[in-house]
Amino acid sequence: MSKLYLSRNPKVAARALDGEMMIMSAKDSTLFTLNRTATILWQAADGATALDEIVQRRICTVFDIAASEALTDAENLARELANHEILQISDAPIQSGLPVMTEKR
Amino acid sequence: MSFLLQQLTDEIAGLDIVIEIGDIPVRIITGDANFLQILRGRYAGFVSSAKQAEIELEVELTQPRPTDPEADVEVTYEKNIWALRRGDFRAEWNPETRQGWIQQTANPYSIDAVLRIVHSLVLASQGGFLLHSASAIRNQKAFLFAGVSGAGKTTISRLAPHDVTLLTDEISYVRRRGDGYIGYGTPFTGELAKLGENVSAPISALYLLVQGKENRIEPIAPSDATRSILANLLFFAKDEELVQRVFHSVFEFVTRVTVSRLTFMPDSRVWELIG
Repeated sequence: MSKLYLSRNPKVAARALDGEMMIMSAKDSTLFTLNRTATILWQAADGATALDEIVQRRICTVFDIAASEALTDAENLARELANHEILQISDAPIQSGLPVMTEKR
Repeated sequence: MSFLLQQLTDEIAGLDIVIEIGDIPVRIITGDANFLQILRGRYAGFVSSAKQAEIELEVELTQPRPTDPEADVEVTYEKNIWALRRGDFRAEWNPETRQGWIQQTANPYSIDAVLRIVHSLVLASQGGFLLHSASAIRNQKAFLFAGVSGAGKTTISRLAPHDVTLLTDEISYVRRRGDGYIGYGTPFTGELAKLGENVSAPISALYLLVQGKENRIEPIAPSDATRSILANLLFFAKDEELVQRVFHSVFEFVTRVTVSRLTFMPDSRVWELIG
């Protein structure tokens, strides 16, 4: 499986309140409330850390789940968040909201 | 001022009126004395003698033409100009020069919509907002009662006892001041069709209205409060930066003002819980 990198979409507004992450799309004002796993992905989505590292460090240490299963679930969730334009995803590190040009692995 | 003197003053001044809502004076300039009279009646209590206005809007009256009554309002920002459009009006407003124009027929409803939108834009840039809610002052404190149509905004306004000053039964005007918020009276009316008083007070609480079989106040989670306020905001602008600002403004509001659920029966005893 190739690496997946996540970055927060700068065009959404986000605030944490009482442990809940609320996100509003500035494009169409749709409001999303992220669950615990989605919140972890959002907070860790710095564009530089690969999803498998995020899963290993921040999800497997919190939830009792096998690493491979967690990674599959996290990837599906990341793609869903990307479909809602909450996250940007790329198979290369992302900088300033745009994928950084890198040599192919 | 006598009617004749008023007319003379209008001619000298070029037929304008200053409507001050939320401490923001807006000068409406028109070439039509009859339309001016309509505005004086519509905004009685909110007509200001201020010489300086923060915003100037020039009205061009047009002939009546068929319009789509179901047409949604559109508010877009391009090249530093806000463009406002609905079936019954077109308007533009430049937030830098604070000037704009409105094209509409001689009716008070179109300009009312334009004023609501322009105020919502100004407030959004200052950390405030317009909210679908009734509001009132009791004991020098303002209380907001939010809810969708049918939730009881008009009912709770109608039940208010004599020591309560009604600010609005429909759209509350919320401005940030320091660490708190001020609720202002507005002429924007709902079913009660009664203008609010042109006064203001610090906002003490916001209640989310639910009609029930008893009167009680319950705390709600800040995230639920935020969702409810966002759902009741009066905000039309399709502008990403401003949408983000309004979103953050609502969070700031929730962290500074108590928001609770108010279940109430339609009788005046509910006001024993308020104030």
